[in-house]
Amino acid sequence: MDVWTLISFGDQGWGDEIAWGVLVTVSLALATLPLGLALGFFIALAKQSREPTLRISAEIYTTIFRGLPELLTLFIIFFGLQIGIQQIARAMGFSSGIEINAFVAGMIALGIVFSSYASEVFLSAFRAIPKGQYEGGYAVGLPHGKVMRLVVLPQVIKIALPGLTNLWMILLKDTALVSAIGLSDIVRQTGIAARVTKEAFLFYGIAFILFLVLALLSSIVINRIEKYGERAEQAR
Amino acid sequence: MNHAQAYVAPAELIPEQPAPEIAGKPWNATRAWGYGLILFWIVVVVALAAWLITGYDPAKIERYAPRYWNGLLTTLTLVSISIVLGAILSLPIAYARMSDNRLLNGISYSYVYLFRGTPLLAQLFLIYYGLGSFREQLEAVGLWLFFRDAWNCALFAFTLNTAAYQAEIVRGAVRSVPNGQWEGAAALGINRLQTFRKIIAPQAMIVALRPYGNEIILMIKGSAIVALITVFDLMGETRRAFSRTFDFQTYIYAAIFYLIIVEILRNIWNWLEKRLTRHLVR
Repeated sequence: MDVWTLISFGDQGWGDEIAWGVLVTVSLALATLPLGLALGFFIALAKQSREPTLRISAEIYTTIFRGLPELLTLFIIFFGLQIGIQQIARAMGFSSGIEINAFVAGMIALGIVFSSYASEVFLSAFRAIPKGQYEGGYAVGLPHGKVMRLVVLPQVIKIALPGLTNLWMILLKDTALVSAIGLSDIVRQTGIAARVTKEAFLFYGIAFILFLVLALLSSIVINRIEKYGERAEQAR
Repeated sequence: MNHAQAYVAPAELIPEQPAPEIAGKPWNATRAWGYGLILFWIVVVVALAAWLITGYDPAKIERYAPRYWNGLLTTLTLVSISIVLGAILSLPIAYARMSDNRLLNGISYSYVYLFRGTPLLAQLFLIYYGLGSFREQLEAVGLWLFFRDAWNCALFAFTLNTAAYQAEIVRGAVRSVPNGQWEGAAALGINRLQTFRKIIAPQAMIVALRPYGNEIILMIKGSAIVALITVFDLMGETRRAFSRTFDFQTYIYAAIFYLIIVEILRNIWNWLEKRLTRHLVR
């Protein structure tokens, strides 16, 4: 069979299977992003809190999840959740045939890893905001919540943006790991195709190029976002 | 008026006062959260410890401890060799990346982009499984024996990958040294090679220290994926032990080992940085 039949869409080719893999990879990354961002933001708040217990518990969290290999975190979440839920189910008298969805496990694991890095990015962005911004907010009579939301947060997001886009690129690459827990992402789908057709270089090469294309597309979108963020300065 | 005479001693000394009492911190939502989370971590640690102690099985430990140790050594060997080889390979790449030659610049830029833009896992699979498609050609040039082995493939992939990252580190560090340093050296009549070796490199290395440390830690964590191509590093041994015992403790032990390595490295690096930048501290 020639190359074009192999990668065509339909019964003969693997195009549709691989397209599904791309969809899974992209949706996993997109689903993880808000989870990781939200978690990371709250951890950053905890890290700069005046309450020492909050700071310590946030530090423990980031130390653990920045120190563990992503693959190990993924396995621990995947198997750990599975075993945990099965034991709870057995204790409550259900049959133990419950299985954890690989997509959800991947989302949680990648989200946790993302959040522990994102918290550092947010934290340094928070530190870059001068104290006067808060004081100015209080001086015009805004309550603390509004000072945060209307004065500090917009500046924090702008400062944190380059760091966060970096993390997005890392997240996109880390999604490749979920193939190890059986989720049919790009790597797994191309891997199956490679095994069946014995055209390993072709299909893994396709996986390689697909990730490259995803990275390129993201950098285009990121450029747009950065332009959007800079429009206030351009007006001057 | 003479300032020395401005001070008038008080008629009597103010008696020693007790320190003002610290007002008890009020309970609020933040504090409640903090205490709750600390309690959560304590419960997790205690539960894990209790589980590891009750599940302690001398037979299993005796059987798997040496394997974990071998796995750990495999991980460390793999990472250290690829970091060193990658460092050597990164120098010409960084040089090409900074050169004015468009061809050199384009080639090195594409190399760096290719390896930083794709997952290490995809690179590893492409080299380990993909090169199998070229078995005859590789046999013809005598390289098949090298690429047949998963360990060699992992070493090869990691070296290429880390070379791309390290090239960027080197480039960033050299660029961070102000141009005036080059100009000053040129004004003193020092040639470019000497300037680089004695003036630029020492300053650049301090800047590069932190990213290098991060890269080593990233490589140690990233090296866990070799378990997926049948190399028995720490992760591979863990997976093997889990598949034989179905005991989840295997993963907990692996996590502890990885955390210990990464924390040791991180502390060494903090110490190194403190030591090497002590002349910058005012």
